[in-house]
Amino acid sequence: MAKVTIDGIEVEVPNGSSVLQACEAAGKEIPRFCYHERLSVAGNCRMCLVEVEKAPKPVASCAYPVMDGMKVFTDTPVVRNARRGVMEFLLINHPLDCPICDQGGECDLQDQAMSYGKDGSRYHEQKRSVKDKYVGPLIKTVMNRCIHCTRCIRFAAEVAGVPEMGATGRGENMEVGTYVEKALTSELSGNLIDLCPVGALTSRPYAFVSRPWELSKTDSVDVLDATGAAIRVDVRGGEVLRMLPRVNDDVNEEWLGDRSRFSFDGLKRKRLDRPWVRRDGVLKPASWAEAFGAIVQNVRGQRIGAIAGDTMDAESLFALKAMLAAMGSTNLDARQDGAKLDASRPDYYLFNSSIAGIEEADAILIIGSNPRVEAPVINARIRKRWTLGGMRVGVIGEAVDLTYPATHLGTGPADFAAGAEFLKGAAKPMVILGRGALAREDGAAVLSSAWEIAKAAEALREDWHGFNLLHQFGGQVAALDLGFVPGERGLDMAGMLAGGVDALWLLGADGFDVSRIKPGTFVIYQGHHGEAAAARADVILPGAAYTEKDGTYVNTEGRVQRGRMAVPPPGEAREDWRIIRAASQFLGVTLPFDTLEALRAEMAAAHPVFARLDQAPLPGCTDDAGPEVTGGLSAAPFGLPIRNYWQVDPITRASSTMAECAATYLRPALAAE
Amino acid sequence: MALSDKDRIFTNLYGTQPWNLAAARMRGDWDGTKDLLIRGRDALIEEVKNSGLRGRGGAGFPTGMKWSFMPKAPVEGRPSYLVVNGDESEPGTCKDRDIIRHDPHKLVEGCLIAGFAMGAVAAYIYVRGEYYNEIQVLQAAIDEAYDAGLIGKNACGSGYDFDVFVHRGAGAYICGEETALIESLEGKKGMPRLKPPFPAAVGLYGCPTTVNNVETIAVVPTILRRGASWFSSFGRPKNSGTKIFCLQGHVNKPCNVEAEMSIPLRELIDRYAGGVRGGWDNLLAVIPGGSSTPMIPKSVCDDVLMDFDALREHKTGLGTAGVIVMDKSTDLIKAIQRLSAFYKHESCGQCTPCREGMGWVNRVMLRMVEGRAEIEEIDVLEQVTRQIEGHTICALADGGVWPVQGLIRHFRPLMEERIAAYKARNNLPQGLNMAAE
Repeated sequence: MAKVTIDGIEVEVPNGSSVLQACEAAGKEIPRFCYHERLSVAGNCRMCLVEVEKAPKPVASCAYPVMDGMKVFTDTPVVRNARRGVMEFLLINHPLDCPICDQGGECDLQDQAMSYGKDGSRYHEQKRSVKDKYVGPLIKTVMNRCIHCTRCIRFAAEVAGVPEMGATGRGENMEVGTYVEKALTSELSGNLIDLCPVGALTSRPYAFVSRPWELSKTDSVDVLDATGAAIRVDVRGGEVLRMLPRVNDDVNEEWLGDRSRFSFDGLKRKRLDRPWVRRDGVLKPASWAEAFGAIVQNVRGQRIGAIAGDTMDAESLFALKAMLAAMGSTNLDARQDGAKLDASRPDYYLFNSSIAGIEEADAILIIGSNPRVEAPVINARIRKRWTLGGMRVGVIGEAVDLTYPATHLGTGPADFAAGAEFLKGAAKPMVILGRGALAREDGAAVLSSAWEIAKAAEALREDWHGFNLLHQFGGQVAALDLGFVPGERGLDMAGMLAGGVDALWLLGADGFDVSRIKPGTFVIYQGHHGEAAAARADVILPGAAYTEKDGTYVNTEGRVQRGRMAVPPPGEAREDWRIIRAASQFLGVTLPFDTLEALRAEMAAAHPVFARLDQAPLPGCTDDAGPEVTGGLSAAPFGLPIRNYWQVDPITRASSTMAECAATYLRPALAAE
Repeated sequence: MALSDKDRIFTNLYGTQPWNLAAARMRGDWDGTKDLLIRGRDALIEEVKNSGLRGRGGAGFPTGMKWSFMPKAPVEGRPSYLVVNGDESEPGTCKDRDIIRHDPHKLVEGCLIAGFAMGAVAAYIYVRGEYYNEIQVLQAAIDEAYDAGLIGKNACGSGYDFDVFVHRGAGAYICGEETALIESLEGKKGMPRLKPPFPAAVGLYGCPTTVNNVETIAVVPTILRRGASWFSSFGRPKNSGTKIFCLQGHVNKPCNVEAEMSIPLRELIDRYAGGVRGGWDNLLAVIPGGSSTPMIPKSVCDDVLMDFDALREHKTGLGTAGVIVMDKSTDLIKAIQRLSAFYKHESCGQCTPCREGMGWVNRVMLRMVEGRAEIEEIDVLEQVTRQIEGHTICALADGGVWPVQGLIRHFRPLMEERIAAYKARNNLPQGLNMAAE
């Protein structure tokens, strides 16, 4: 620890800290543009200059290491003049078009100009003008506003791992761009918008839409991948206008994938906003009472089963399971992809090392997964660990560009031996098994083999749990936690589709081929988007999307988090648990809760994990007995479950922004086919 | 008293003899190099310290001390490097060029000795890209030295292995800044690094590195052969030794000349450059140390000594000792504007004050040349240069604004006159904002 005196306040900070960190520890705010705590230090904006005793010149506090006994002054005439000087320089070539700039109101330059700016300009020459650049369908550039802080360059190169941005030219003529004009090939590109301290990089879909002070902000959690990123939903007039990440160091730090950030326009299209009932073979608009009437008529006394979708909240899953239980049915399944998951013990289906735990690992074996596409923020965490050095990554499955070097060990289960060999000698090895690798005939054997690899690498210890399953969506783990899988003598999905039930309740289940449903089955579709499953349905119950309900979600590491209602569901649509509660009354099996609180209390009583909010899984593995081994491994190579990152679920498929992304980024692939 | 020929280090500065190894040996190069190395690292550094040699690249940092910052025992996997800065791009300076093309063996031998003294495994000589022919000569000299067993494995039979590489620059002034030079050597864009860490701790490829000017390295073998006391007998204390001065501009015989430090400027010009064009009284101002140093008017030139400390007293510097002489025919404002255009063009664009400020200064200077400005703008210009100076990562910005500061310090009346003349010529009243035109 080093003792540093900041403006007479003595603070102790760890050795190697920067002066800026010491100033923050002393409660002194230091203005900055280029410095960002999650990026490397550039030290080029010169806004954070402070005076250090015995230093001949003011020093850049972001880059200057502390020394024991150092005396720092943050508010002297020298410092004030230096900052005013830098601010004046930044503004002489800045267009000052705040009234038409989307960053207005949340702009670092605007804010700091209030403290250090002059009220007039002494610069009477021509301002510099810079051509705008195209960097993809998500980011709008106004390069005149660029202050050359290079945050975007450093983010692309360091965090996203796509060193596609850079500065060309020298001095005044330096321009930030992608060298050759192209769309950034990162799934994390939206974060550049947050990082840009000015309005040079702004959100293209949000251009000229709103001002930050007009928005009401709701803290929530993302469900479009299994990371469970903390988000903020910005709403005006009942319409979601923007999604931003919130800081959660344990999960997403402060990053958010493009799909989660930009797909919200899909919440406004193809929505189910009223109940529908099929009459004479045609779906007709109906009232809630008519819809429930049709259900009662066709369901009572029949064999019923339920399939849950991938992004459902725990409350509605719990309610539906309870209703079916009351009707005597254990025909439940939440594995639309047919993944052979073992729900008998949580650590068979969780990301047990935890996301933050990735930073401790020293060898990672990825099996049948492309985390860059399935969970870009988790992939960025792996990359972050890789940049620190001393960690190796091996891949069994398709060789893909993960943004960090990885040893390709093989393509299928036949190469598991090479994988086990790869992890040998590691102190904290991790096996990351993609959920997609289980969605095949030999899925159960793959699961137990992967567990055995972890066991052989001594990754299943009391102080370290190195077995990890990477899910794809935010509702998948909660369903397993709630046991939304076939109960005793219950049918699984394949059994239900094949005619094992007379009535099938699809709770947001859009991820499978509906033609597999045996004709004659009475299908109830409860969900928010009108896709194939709704078209097949006999009764449609309009539900709420994740921004429209208070819901509990569990991310891939087993972290229970609460999403909050940012806007009400459209039209006559309702929160999903309420629909099920109402249906249970019609069906004569009234569920014993009529408030969300009562439901949650009952859910926590039945499944104690739901009482532990915002907590990582318990560290370590207490029992290394693996899942049951059934069947042998096949030789077939692993495929990848998600190839089109941008369009994976009803919301993203309805989003025009995502459609544009898919068209931009997948066009070469389509052309090749 | 003039420096006698026997005390000159660069005896082939004018290329009167061949540059090759045989001729260089005749001049005394590579003589007993092994015996020098046998004296050991500490003794060599001590000798250089005692000689009072200060870096010849402009900043004048004591060379022996700089070498002593290098780690005594290199860590496994982190070898030490010597980098020789031959990116000589400072307008008004052309000394390294003559060393490289006429006396390359002095440099190569210096690399070996300096590299040995700091425990470096290799020297990288970064030469300005435009010096194409010079690089051919230097490479040939290095090849000769390799063939003669002077460098490479078991250099000079000393048992020490040492390699020398030549790297060509690509024409950026900023790459003469030591950390930008390292970045450029590594294949990156030449942008100065933040300090600390200093190159002696984290330099080329992350390894301990010392960057020295070509002239600094080239004089080392002679200093060691003739002794520290011989070298320090020239010049004033702390400014000792001999130095190559580049005399140019409005002199009768522009030349490079090796003279003793602390020689009076007037003597330097009169004796070696044939005097100022039109006589000493025709002198207007001198830029004493390459384009980055502020100019001094004739009144100062009359009796100023050419060394680090004497010039600092007059708020200028010895820099690289590129003496630019300007007689009364010179449009000083235009001359300085040209320099500010150069610095605007060569700013790397990293730091805000330099990137934005250099363009501002140049644009105001352009108007000052015409006189299309307000008197008050001279003060604004001065303030802007103060806002730039000392607020950036490297010293390019400082060197870029000093010429303007020197102009305002010594020739403000000239600028005011120019403005008044412009107003009179165009029948403009006082107080109108000319810049708005």
